Amino acid sequence: MNNFNGVDYFNIRSLLSEEELMIRDLVREFVSEEVIPIIEEYNREGKFPLHLVPKIAEIGLLGSTLPSKYGGAEMNNVAYGLVMQELERGDSGIRSFVSVQSGLVMYPIYSFGSDEQKEKWLPQLAKGERVGCFGLTEPDYGSNPGGMVTKVEKVDGGYKLNGAKMWITNGTIADVAVVWAKLKGVVKGFLVEKGMKGFSAPEMKGKHSLRASVTSELVFEDVFVPEENLLPKTEGLKNPLMCLNQARYGIAWGVVGSMMACYDAALNYAKSRVQFSKPIAAYQMTQEKLVYMLTEITKAQLLNIQLGRMKDNGTLKHTHVSLAKRNNCEKALDIARVAREILGANGILDEYPVMRHSANLESVKTYEGTHEMHTLIIGEDITGFAAFD
Amino acid sequence: MNIAVCVSHVPDTATKIKIGDDNKTINKAGVTYIINPYDEFAVEEALTWKEKAGGDSKITILSVGGDSNKETIRKALAMGADDGILLKDDNPRDSMGIAKALSKEIKSHKFDVVFCGKQSVDYDAGAVPQMLAEFLDYSCATVVVALKMDGNKIIAEREVEGGREVVELELPAVIGAQKGLNEPRYASLKGIMSAKKKTIEEKPAAQAENLSEIIKMYSPPAKQSGRILGTDASAVPELVRLLREEAKVI
Ligand SMILES: Cc1cc2nc3c(=O)[nH]c(=O)nc-3n(C[C@H](O)[C@H](O)[C@H](O)COP(=O)(O)OP(=O)(O)OC[C@H]3O[C@@H](n4cnc5c(N)ncnc54)[C@H](O)[C@@H]3O)c2cc1C
Repeated sequence: MNNFNGVDYFNIRSLLSEEELMIRDLVREFVSEEVIPIIEEYNREGKFPLHLVPKIAEIGLLGSTLPSKYGGAEMNNVAYGLVMQELERGDSGIRSFVSVQSGLVMYPIYSFGSDEQKEKWLPQLAKGERVGCFGLTEPDYGSNPGGMVTKVEKVDGGYKLNGAKMWITNGTIADVAVVWAKLKGVVKGFLVEKGMKGFSAPEMKGKHSLRASVTSELVFEDVFVPEENLLPKTEGLKNPLMCLNQARYGIAWGVVGSMMACYDAALNYAKSRVQFSKPIAAYQMTQEKLVYMLTEITKAQLLNIQLGRMKDNGTLKHTHVSLAKRNNCEKALDIARVAREILGANGILDEYPVMRHSANLESVKTYEGTHEMHTLIIGEDITGFAAFD
Repeated sequence: MNIAVCVSHVPDTATKIKIGDDNKTINKAGVTYIINPYDEFAVEEALTWKEKAGGDSKITILSVGGDSNKETIRKALAMGADDGILLKDDNPRDSMGIAKALSKEIKSHKFDVVFCGKQSVDYDAGAVPQMLAEFLDYSCATVVVALKMDGNKIIAEREVEGGREVVELELPAVIGAQKGLNEPRYASLKGIMSAKKKTIEEKPAAQAENLSEIIKMYSPPAKQSGRILGTDASAVPELVRLLREEAKVI
């Protein structure tokens, strides 16, 4: 049973293949049955529903675009996007978990790792037996990660790692961290494993957003990282940026899930809430709000389909991803706020998903490149002038 | 072991059904279709049997209906079944017509066991498993909530009014699955990707006359809104009186 039928005003399903639709519906059903019933409680407690990880792995959502020999499903990017969309309809925290594990951990190990690293980590990560995290951001370097101060020094048999990362999704629950650090000024990737001496990952508390997701600091004090844990094909900042491009792509799709959840809640509420003896849906101003939401959802859906098809046929530029991430996050947040207005006081309660999405989207708009940074990236592309370095 | 599972393609249980202009069919506009929920238990049971039996066990999915039934067959293939057969007929059939088409096809194979849902949630007749067993001359247990293989025998627990009944059957058999028999697995992305390589054979459903005809469909009367008699114990006597005299339920 699926009591959520999606939002599809422009018959966008006709642009999807039979498998893409089946994948979307599978994840939609999974979210309706496994995520929606429990998520408010986890969000309230500020806990990540770790028990969902084996289930998420069993249906194959971790590293799903990778080859089957590493546990992937060899899915195309449109299907991957639909998975993100449906997961985020449940909660941005659940989508973040899958984004990080797939796009920021499995992807770099697959793309920049040695055969031994791939064989060791990918199947376990795909099965959800191991959790990964991605450490790029530092307390003093967010939008300009190139300035990072975390560094390694070559020592006998490996490297000595020092520094700290902040805002790291999954950090505390991770068995392996993909950590970006400078070796003689050049950014390189390392696999830092839980339990390595000098490595700790305390959880960050007090979040008003992404409460059902673990966010942590990573602290490295003279951590010895053996040679075989260096990702051999990393050679600069472009490598972590390639990872971010994967994750941003997923976010562009994901937030459409939040938009649909908020729109669905607002539409149903507006039809049943009676004020001045009419449903509030019968008032022009409410209709304008609902139509605004539906229009932005439809535009974002069409943007995503083309984004995905370009990724699949190899014509996608990172600036395209920036445009979609930037637009869709902003519109999702606008929609969440307008939905909250329609719900009146009820909008602030966790009986409805709206405020949770709204709060989550503040993070989503910020991570993987803020709205402003994506503006500057596209701005440079179209004008030829870089407004940042 | 050669296993068949019969599946039907039904409106999503969350659908708000509207009756069509002819008062005999439902208005299909905007209705999404899913695999009949009881059939999911049947598919799951078949998958666990196959896993236990191992070897070259095989699961075939059968469905009677139009082209869109292939979506439901595909779903069962994505859960792990091996191949499918669509017995095509675009016209509506009653239970008898469906059971005849299925039995005709099943006879031409050698299935050890046929799993069905105990009923289909569209028309809710709950008759196909029994009719099928009769046409096939197979043993039959339906509304089954627990199942065990014991050599050539099956021990089935059936839900009956107020309790359970344990029956022993010989193979080949038709089993009608009830909720509780198992916990159906989700399909997986890999399952979905491999399902597109599995074959769904299409053939016309064997001719059969419908023996019953729907002459009218209508909605139940709209529920009246509730009445609040009071919020503390003083309302109890009046509540009891109304339940007895008005609602006549106690
Ligand atoms: C819940 C959550 C989870 C996260 N998970 C991860 C993770 O797993 N791994 C990881 O590495 N990071 C993660 N991050 C970090 C995230 O990527 C950063 O927060 C983000 O890159 C922004 O950095 P900052 O917060 O330091 O903001 P800052 O860079 O300090 O920016 C502050 C403000 O200044 C603006 N600004 C900065 N530079 C310019 C400029 N040149 N022109 C105009 N405006 C500018 C920004 O747009 C922003 O509005 C996460 C963050 C959150 C909130």
